[in-house]
Amino acid sequence: MAVNLKELSAKEPILTSGHRACAGCAAPIVVRQVLMASDKPVVVASATGCLEVTTSIYPYTAWNVNFIHNAFENSAATMSGVEAAFTSLKKQGKIEGDFNFVAFGGDGGTYDIGFQSLSGAMERGHNMLYVCYDNGAYMNTGIQRSSATPMGANTTTTPVGKKSTGKKQYRKDLAEIIASHHIPYVAQASISNYRDLIEKAQKAFSIEGPKFLNVLSPCRLGWGFNPENTVDLAQLMVDSCFWPLFEVVEGKWKLTYKPKNKPSIEEWMKQQARFKHLFKSEEGKQVIANAQAEVDARWEQLLARETL
Amino acid sequence: MKIRHSLTGNEAMAEAMRQINPDVVAAYPITPQTEIVQLFSNSVADGKVNTEFVTVESEHSAMSATIGASAAGARAMTATSANGLAYMWEVVYIAASMRLPIVMPVVNRALSGPINIHCDHSDTMGARDSGWIQIYSENSQEAYDNLIQAIRIAEHKDIQLPVMVCMDGFIISHGMEIIEAEDDETVRKFIGVRKPQYSLLNKDEPVTMGPLDLQDFYFEHKKQQAEAMKNSAQVILDVAKEWKEMTGRSYDMLDEYCMEDAEIAIVAIGSAAGTAKVAVDALRAKGVKAGLVKVRVFRPFPKEEIAKALAKTKAVAIMDRAESFADFGGPLFRDIRASLYEYDLRPKTVSYVYGLGGRDVTLDTINQVYADLERLVKGEQIPMLNHLGVRE
Repeated sequence: MAVNLKELSAKEPILTSGHRACAGCAAPIVVRQVLMASDKPVVVASATGCLEVTTSIYPYTAWNVNFIHNAFENSAATMSGVEAAFTSLKKQGKIEGDFNFVAFGGDGGTYDIGFQSLSGAMERGHNMLYVCYDNGAYMNTGIQRSSATPMGANTTTTPVGKKSTGKKQYRKDLAEIIASHHIPYVAQASISNYRDLIEKAQKAFSIEGPKFLNVLSPCRLGWGFNPENTVDLAQLMVDSCFWPLFEVVEGKWKLTYKPKNKPSIEEWMKQQARFKHLFKSEEGKQVIANAQAEVDARWEQLLARETL
Repeated sequence: MKIRHSLTGNEAMAEAMRQINPDVVAAYPITPQTEIVQLFSNSVADGKVNTEFVTVESEHSAMSATIGASAAGARAMTATSANGLAYMWEVVYIAASMRLPIVMPVVNRALSGPINIHCDHSDTMGARDSGWIQIYSENSQEAYDNLIQAIRIAEHKDIQLPVMVCMDGFIISHGMEIIEAEDDETVRKFIGVRKPQYSLLNKDEPVTMGPLDLQDFYFEHKKQQAEAMKNSAQVILDVAKEWKEMTGRSYDMLDEYCMEDAEIAIVAIGSAAGTAKVAVDALRAKGVKAGLVKVRVFRPFPKEEIAKALAKTKAVAIMDRAESFADFGGPLFRDIRASLYEYDLRPKTVSYVYGLGGRDVTLDTINQVYADLERLVKGEQIPMLNHLGVRE
């Protein structure tokens, strides 16, 4: 599918300016890039989280489309209800028109507390796109670890201390879990590779049924970097193969981007305050080495999967 | 046209749901509500309804999806019991605050723990502050009639609040009775078509639903919710009046039985009221001035009606099928005592927590309460707080 950026950028923005996200926050960029790809009116749901609290503070709203926020863990279930209402009312001739249904959640609302709701909605086969903006921690409540947090990250619930080097576990591979639901379309994308992201969103919107898109969403406050570096940092994380760009179409895995040079994960770790402690001790350096080995192993698995 | 059916309470609810023909139902099975979901699934499978049936993976998602559907302008329903209601607790409040006219049968069951599948009211009594209208049913007939009326109440333009229609688990849900149902056309004419003021599917007038509401507006919105609850009492009566004109079956906020000259009375909710009526008849035959007040609508609370009904009595036993661990009786007891506080002349009131976890309530049990009241009237002391029929 061709992406005409000139044409897309001329579209009326669905998420307007004036929202209160931090400078350098990737979440609104994720939303704009995804929704830009829709050829139909959209109905949006959002989980409780940064995106919701910064875009819908009563009596204001940054949403130029129909938008619903219900609770933290139920963005997918809420959108299943909206989609079911549409299907029913349309079938009965009570409404006209067509929509794309898009549910957003952060990694907290998606990987963790909303995991069951998401799994249920995907398994039932609702015609909707679920988009996770993955900033790798519970940022809205003040940077607590999630199952998406990278190993070694200093968060407020995995604080660095005399006996702690930050988060102990590797991140959960959610895209793979959702792919195991055998839904028509699963993809991972990044705002840095915007053409790839918009194409994936376009493809998702063109397919009937449940779709899942996982997007890396750098958080300047939680990660500790300068707000002007959001996109560059995302690019570095993609290039390091920590955040591979791929899609799974009808069960077929395909990498949509293979970096020519693969920088080490240290390259982006050293730009983020959440990892700075790792460079100060032998133990920390070991954590980096372990995390690097895991990234490499998962990348190899992905390459192997592509040839299957 | 009236149709006479032999139906259990669950079958009566499922039949009413088939006739209501909701646009969306999202539900998860739980004993003793399960049959409602199964029977309604049959209606979907046989094409008897236009409903999109969302077979959610939990009660939390059941209510979440119902909220989404209702916000999208659909007439949306779910049903649950006990732990299912507890699991959807968070979103039960959200449904009310979003002013969504969702109607939900709740088949009353004891809330764990310990786990128990039988009847008491601990589930819905816990939800009494959630902002839902609560209507309780004594039998299958009332469950059927209440569920249909609830659609009109919930969707009334001045109300826009969700309604729980409660029915005692097993005692009513699984007990077979003959009920009088209306034909489909009559029901559908009565409930009409939902006309939502706002909808997520109206692309020309986009809305933001469920925004962050802080110190500057939250309180005003809560006051509006309280106003709607207050106004719902009149709507409940208006809808009941219309229902009576159509069906001949009459409903009120509460039901007074032999209360005109009653000196002693029981106040109860649900199936126990049926048993108490039989006890009243026997006592009346012996010349005892006994009466009964059955509370049909618990939220909004019919404070004036209750006080008026009890004003001339000497002693009243207030029966709660829920323990609220306040060491001050159950919720019905406390609400009624508070209602009577305004009046100079008021009866003595005693609390009876009864029937927890499905403990059977027999005529003997009820007779014991009336006997206590007679002793109280004679000047004997009886404790203010009682647990009826419990082994010490």
